[in-house]
Order: sequence, then structure tokens, then C-alpha cells
Amino acid sequence: MTEATRTPTDTSAPRPKATPPRRRLPDLGPLPWIGPALLLIIGVVLWPAFEMLRTSVMEISVSGLARGFTGLSNFERLFGDPDLPGIMTRTLVWVLVVVSVTIFISLGLASLLNAAFPGRRLVRWALIIPWAASVVMTATVWRWMLDGFYGIINRILFDLGLIDSFVNDWLGDPGVAFYWLMFVAIFVSLPFTTYVLLAGLQSIPQDIYEAARVDGATGRHSYRYITLPLLRPALLVASIINMINVFNSFPIIWAMTKGGPGSLTDTTTTHMYKLAFQLLDVGQSAAMAVVNFSVILVFVLLYLRVVDWRRA
Amino acid sequence: MTTMRSAGAGVRAPSIKKALLTGLGVLVAFFFMAPYIQMLITALTPGSELYSVPAQYLPSRLEFSNFITVWEEAPLWGYLRSSLIIAVFATILVLIVALPAAYYTARYRYRGRLVFLLLVLITQMFAPTALVIGIYREFVTIGDVFPAAGVNTYLSLIIVNAAFNLAFSTWIMVAYFSTIPVELEEAASIDGASRLGVLRRVTLPLALPGIITATIFTFIAAWNEFVVALTLAQSPDIHPLTVGVTTFIGQYRVEWQYLFTSSLIAIVPVVILFIVIEKWLVGGLTAGSIK
Repeated sequence: MTEATRTPTDTSAPRPKATPPRRRLPDLGPLPWIGPALLLIIGVVLWPAFEMLRTSVMEISVSGLARGFTGLSNFERLFGDPDLPGIMTRTLVWVLVVVSVTIFISLGLASLLNAAFPGRRLVRWALIIPWAASVVMTATVWRWMLDGFYGIINRILFDLGLIDSFVNDWLGDPGVAFYWLMFVAIFVSLPFTTYVLLAGLQSIPQDIYEAARVDGATGRHSYRYITLPLLRPALLVASIINMINVFNSFPIIWAMTKGGPGSLTDTTTTHMYKLAFQLLDVGQSAAMAVVNFSVILVFVLLYLRVVDWRRA
Repeated sequence: MTTMRSAGAGVRAPSIKKALLTGLGVLVAFFFMAPYIQMLITALTPGSELYSVPAQYLPSRLEFSNFITVWEEAPLWGYLRSSLIIAVFATILVLIVALPAAYYTARYRYRGRLVFLLLVLITQMFAPTALVIGIYREFVTIGDVFPAAGVNTYLSLIIVNAAFNLAFSTWIMVAYFSTIPVELEEAASIDGASRLGVLRRVTLPLALPGIITATIFTFIAAWNEFVVALTLAQSPDIHPLTVGVTTFIGQYRVEWQYLFTSSLIAIVPVVILFIVIEKWLVGGLTAGSIK
């Protein structure tokens, strides 16, 4: 790819062979075209990031007023909180379990949807529903189905003989609640992941399989030595995007348990939100946000190494 | 590809294999639809039957009138109006901003092009959740100077939604504009079309699938957005549906049937729209990285 070192006026650069017609208007280069987009990104993405960093080292009153520079005391309070190690461990488990189980199941689903069978299109449409639907609303219906007294899941599990009482407060029991939250997070992550892997599968040329079959490879061999290696780019991209989404995931936990009981189902994302808007400790919340932001930044850098973004 | 398979796979086994695959497909489809089926059943359940232990699979009768009474029982019009205002204007703003940027970036190798692309890609990765504290404080500050765009205004929600969806739209439209040969535009201008004429009659129609995908995707993303609305929309009269439905969960009693009639009203249209753009989605969401 050509380096963009030309002057803005030299628009007749390599790929487009000739300069498209341009009359009268003075040439301002790319600014009139990309300026508004830059403005929006700087104003609504970079400014809040900067504001967050600034807030994390300020003393902020309960009413939101800045009382001046306070060094690292917000971070000291954040890391001094006895609940934090538990929240961080849970966040790690949350991301690792949800992403790995999602990828594993999606591999199977993508293979299924890549095969030809009657009704495949309808299955693909069904898979789109959790992707298109609002995550808060999906999480809310799971909360209702998991209701301790009136939830349908108690009824189903009872009828299957898996539990011996109609009353089980799944979401009120911190040990069990977190598993259900992860289950719902996997449920909403599967469609996107499956579609990405499906796109990956469809980009593998069929004649490779033909050749392998001629050479005597069985289905399992083909999958292990052709499909999986060629699916690597799609797998990497799906994993990293999922890690970012799952780490950021707020609505599932918020709609189902609000991080409770106590902070026993909180992740660092919901913890950050509670600090700011329930405990009104904006400084400490900003410190948590800076930590979260740094984690995502690592994922983003990984992503940039993995994808071929310069091709655009 | 599929035709090649079915033609080459022989005659005996396929019908059993296909039946098995279809059976599996039905199970998968049911699993993903199950919560929404339960949503529909609950939405049609009479309020008096919601709270039974053990839960019933189906209500004794279907209360279709729930879909009518919900409009009186809850400020659903208000939520719907807010969702529409936010999603429609955020989408328009994204198109106004992303179209020229994508066109120029696809056509010219300008200085800073890679930096711009990098910036766009990074914004796509950052959901507003991670920045919500900063966003909140920013709009408090803006509101002090310019109340019409501060916290608790539609304008703030429109701007934030537009900014975080700009990236997807820009990427997918850059990809589409890049596939249109420059020669086509040149030929049209030789035939006497003005620059705008070329754009309007040649370029934009050819890029239409990309533009439609960007439009629908932005609309749905803004329609479904939760955390920014929860934070910036404080007064109930500007609550969109996503935040509005959570207010059905009262302290003592939850009007589940109305919560889910409202949810279905919000979900059904966007699922249909999503199916329309399904073919083009993955490329845009993975920033064209899967070739």
C-alpha cells in the first residue's frame, strides 16, 4: 500500500488513474470531506476519554464538582476496596468462559449452517433474532424465565426431574446467578460469532477439499488440517471482538441482577457504573474506567496486529 | 458451492443426512427463539395468571387486548417517539458525516489517510460503555454553556449514538466505493455530467447496498442502545424503549405482560430489518478483515 506522504493537492495519486473532474471550488484537500467525521470522533470519543483520565486524578464532590488535583488517591481507594479482587477475578472468568464457550459452540453452528439442508435459511433467520434484539430486553426475559417463584425454567427443570422444588431463586443465589449470567452472555454472543465463522468457512475454496479427498483424507482429517488452519483469521477476529464486547457487557448483568446480591455478580464494568451513579464517587469510578479502558486498549492493539486494516 | 456438493455427494446417504441436519437445525432454531416465544406467551397472558406456582406453560386464554391496554397502562408512545427520534436523527447524522468521508477515503490517497482509518477502526472497537463516565461529564460541561445539547436532551443522545456508529458505516461504505471503477465516473463526466451529477447518478446508486447496510445497522444500533440512554436521559419523557421497559419493573410488582408487549413492539421490526442486511453485515463488522 502506498504511503500517504503526498501533498493534499496531489490527488492524482497511484490507484485512481486520473483526477476526477473538479471545477471552480478551491481545493482544501481532504478536510471538507473527512472534517465532520473527525470532529465527531474527537468530540465524542477522544474528549470523553481525556475527560475520564482527568477525572481519575481529580477530587470530585458528590454533586460532581471538581475540587482539584488529588494524585493517585482515587486509584488507592479503588484498589483498597476489599470487594475489588473478587470483582476482578469474576471479570476474568466472565471473559474467558463466555468467549471460549461461545467460540466452541459457534464452530459447530457455523458448520451446520454451512451445510446444505432444507430449512437452512429459516435456521439462519432464527439465529439473527438474539443479535438484532435489544440485549436489555433479551436479558429481561431471561430474568423472568429464571424468576424464583413464577419462572418457567423452574417448571421445565422440575418436569425433567432435575430439581425437586418449584421454587429456586436462581438469580438471588450469587454462586448460581453468575453461571446463568454467563449462559445469557453466551446466548447473545453466539449469533455474531457464528456468522463471522460462517463467512470464514465460505471463503475456503471447495477444490481444496476435493483434492484432499482424492488423496484419501477423511472428513475429520479435512477439518483438522484444512478447515481449522484456514479458519484461523476468522477465529482470531471473532475471539478478539468478542473479548471486547463481553468485557464491556453491561446490560445483561444490569437487567438480571444489577451486580447483586451485594457486588457478588459485578464485573469491573458494572462496578464502574455503580461507583459513579449509585455511590456517587465519580473520582473512583473514573479510576475504574481508566483501568477498563486500558484493558480494552490491549485488546484493540491485538486486533490491529491480527487484521489487515491497511487494505481498506 | 452447495450445488456442487449435492451433485457430487452420491445418491444413497444424502436424504438421511439431510433429514438429520434439518432436525438439528430445528432444535437450534427453537433454542434461539425460545426466549422470544416466552416473551410472546407472557405478553398474551392475562395479568391475573402471571403469578402462579408452578409456572404454567400456556395461559388458560390468550389476552390479545394486552397489546391495546399497554398503550394506556404505560407511556409507550413517549418511549417509542424517543427511540424513533434518537435512531432516525443519529442515522441521518451518520450518513451526512460518513458518506463524504468514505467516498474521499476510497478515491484518494491523501496525507493522513491511514491515520484517519486507524482512528475510525479504534472507535469501532470502543463501545460507549467504557467511556460512559467521560461522556456524562462531557455533556454536563456542554450543558453549562449550551443547555440544548447537555445531559437530558435528545441532541446529546443523537450525537453520541452517531459518533459510535460512524465507524461501521465508514468502513462498509469505503469498501463499496472502492469497488466502483473510477473509469465509470470519468465516462459519465466526459458525457457532460457535473461532479454532483456523477455522484448522484453513477456512484451513489452503485454503492447503494453499502449505504443501505450502513443505514439499517446504525438505526438498529441506536434503537437498541442502552447504557448511554440510561445515563444521559434522566427525565422519563425522553426515555427510549430500552430504558423505558426497565421502568415496568417496579419495587413491589412487575407488569411483565406489558413489559413484553412493549419489548416485542421494539424487537419485531428490527429483526426484519436485520434479516434484510444479513448478507452484508459480517464484512462491515469485522472491518473487511476476512477476505
